[in-house]
Amino acid sequence: MSHAIEKPTDITIPSTSLFAKLPMIGGAMAVIGLGATLASAFGEHKARAMFAYLFGFEVALTVALGSLAWLLINHLVKAGWHIVLRRIAEAAVMTLPVFAFLFIPIAALGFHELYPWTHEMDEILARKQWFLTPGFFFGRAALYFAIWSVLAWVLYSNSTKMDSEGDAKKRESMTVRLITVSAPGIALFALSSSFAAIDWVMGLMPHWYSTIFGVYFFAVSILSFNAFLALVSMGLQKAGVLKTAITTEHFHDLGKYVYGYGVFWAYIAFSQFILIWYANIPEETVFYMTRVEGGWQYVSYGLPVLHFFVPFFFLVSRHVKRSRVGLAIGCVWVLVMHVVDLYWIIMPNAGLHGEGSHGPHLDVSYLDVTSLVGFVGVFLAAFGFFLNKNKVLAINDPRLEESLVHENF
Amino acid sequence: MSSTKPWGLLAQYENPATLTHACSRVKAAGYEKWDACTPFPVHGLDKVMGIPPTKLPWAVLVVGLTGSTFMLFFQSWAMGWAYPMIVGGKPLFSMPAFVPIWYEVTVLSSCVTAFLANWIMNGLPQPYHPAFASKAFERVTDDKFFIMIESEDPRFDTEKTKTLLKESGATLVEELEA
Repeated sequence: MSHAIEKPTDITIPSTSLFAKLPMIGGAMAVIGLGATLASAFGEHKARAMFAYLFGFEVALTVALGSLAWLLINHLVKAGWHIVLRRIAEAAVMTLPVFAFLFIPIAALGFHELYPWTHEMDEILARKQWFLTPGFFFGRAALYFAIWSVLAWVLYSNSTKMDSEGDAKKRESMTVRLITVSAPGIALFALSSSFAAIDWVMGLMPHWYSTIFGVYFFAVSILSFNAFLALVSMGLQKAGVLKTAITTEHFHDLGKYVYGYGVFWAYIAFSQFILIWYANIPEETVFYMTRVEGGWQYVSYGLPVLHFFVPFFFLVSRHVKRSRVGLAIGCVWVLVMHVVDLYWIIMPNAGLHGEGSHGPHLDVSYLDVTSLVGFVGVFLAAFGFFLNKNKVLAINDPRLEESLVHENF
Repeated sequence: MSSTKPWGLLAQYENPATLTHACSRVKAAGYEKWDACTPFPVHGLDKVMGIPPTKLPWAVLVVGLTGSTFMLFFQSWAMGWAYPMIVGGKPLFSMPAFVPIWYEVTVLSSCVTAFLANWIMNGLPQPYHPAFASKAFERVTDDKFFIMIESEDPRFDTEKTKTLLKESGATLVEELEA
């Protein structure tokens, strides 16, 4: 419409709200959780503790990578609707550099316990040796973190600088820069996140390979981030921020994302399964064979139902997506299943190799909980820090008005 | 002016804002058999016009689920009973092998339903409409906005309705022949 739209003024987090205390709360969770997990990593349960550590690491990292993908996609397609939500994603994307430090225990402490290729050798591994060497592995990890951190910083700094930029011309050029960076950025993101999934998670079972594994992790990332974003948006509104800026229309779109990427997850997960099931080659089926015994079969059969069918039918209605309570239930459910999904991918590998090795066995340890608490804490602390540092709305973005009046049909 | 009752009245507006305002006036006046035509989707217009939410999703859901269930049973029947065939050493009833077709038919039946139900609910195809006779109406696909009120409407009165449309900001009001 032609008349001017008033810019929202409730764009700073009140110091009494829970969001202002996030760095403190998250920090406490991080110290307790990671402390307990890593302390055990020096004891007799070292291998188990490191698996728990990797599990927590991946749960939090995928949400952070999801925010990067979300931002890159929205910049690249010149989206307008997402502007009111963008600052939240920009706070989440700035947690990525933190993961470079969190990777150190995996590289320095649990490297040997997690990855069998570091000390085992057979004909199959001999062929993969050029790729699976410690030097190349660490070099690649450094490259991934470099790519993610640089992209995160460019997206974050260009957007936050716009808040205090008075010159409309300069704001336009900053917006153009964000789009320009996103084009090569999304290619770099696709490659780096795929290879990171292959290196850190597929490497747990070095004989096995799945060409769709990187896409699977993309699905996991973007799905969990959209659910997280919807929940944070609701929380911020409860705390008295962006009360008018984020409307039912934006929540409806987030709901569509959670719904659509849930279907995407199922599509990718099933694509991986059916090719392996059809071909029936031992090298490939080993992934599923370790997950149909020792209690894991219940998780394996439960995932399609609980991770796909339940949210699919729950979120199918427009009315549920547009209702705060309905969407919140859906998002919490999706995030819980996100944790279960990554647990199912990573944990069956624990105890398969090394001394006292045994068959796959579903055995939830308190270490999994401490690790999860720790990583959620680190993530929330860094996220809260950057959320509080700036205005919670990209107040000077040229497309803010478009986002404020955004409407679905 | 012809003595026969016209099919209805056509009013032209210059922009979405005046059209939206005019729609609220027509709605407030209590008309029921009327419609607005625009060159592009105008946000919020359906709310102003008081159009009830579409029933299309229900048609899609019902037919989609029917197609989905049918295909699952059809494959089980065909592969497991009517024409049993062992493929790749798998059991006759191999659920994973059925999933792609199951999924595709669910999508296909949903999409085709959405498309066809959309046509039926909107009364399409409609090769002729009285508004097509109007020269001004040609610009509905370009840059003009229109409201049509049918004479079938119980509140329709050629002169009074004309006044209402003119007062609501119409730049042109025409009578449409049936």
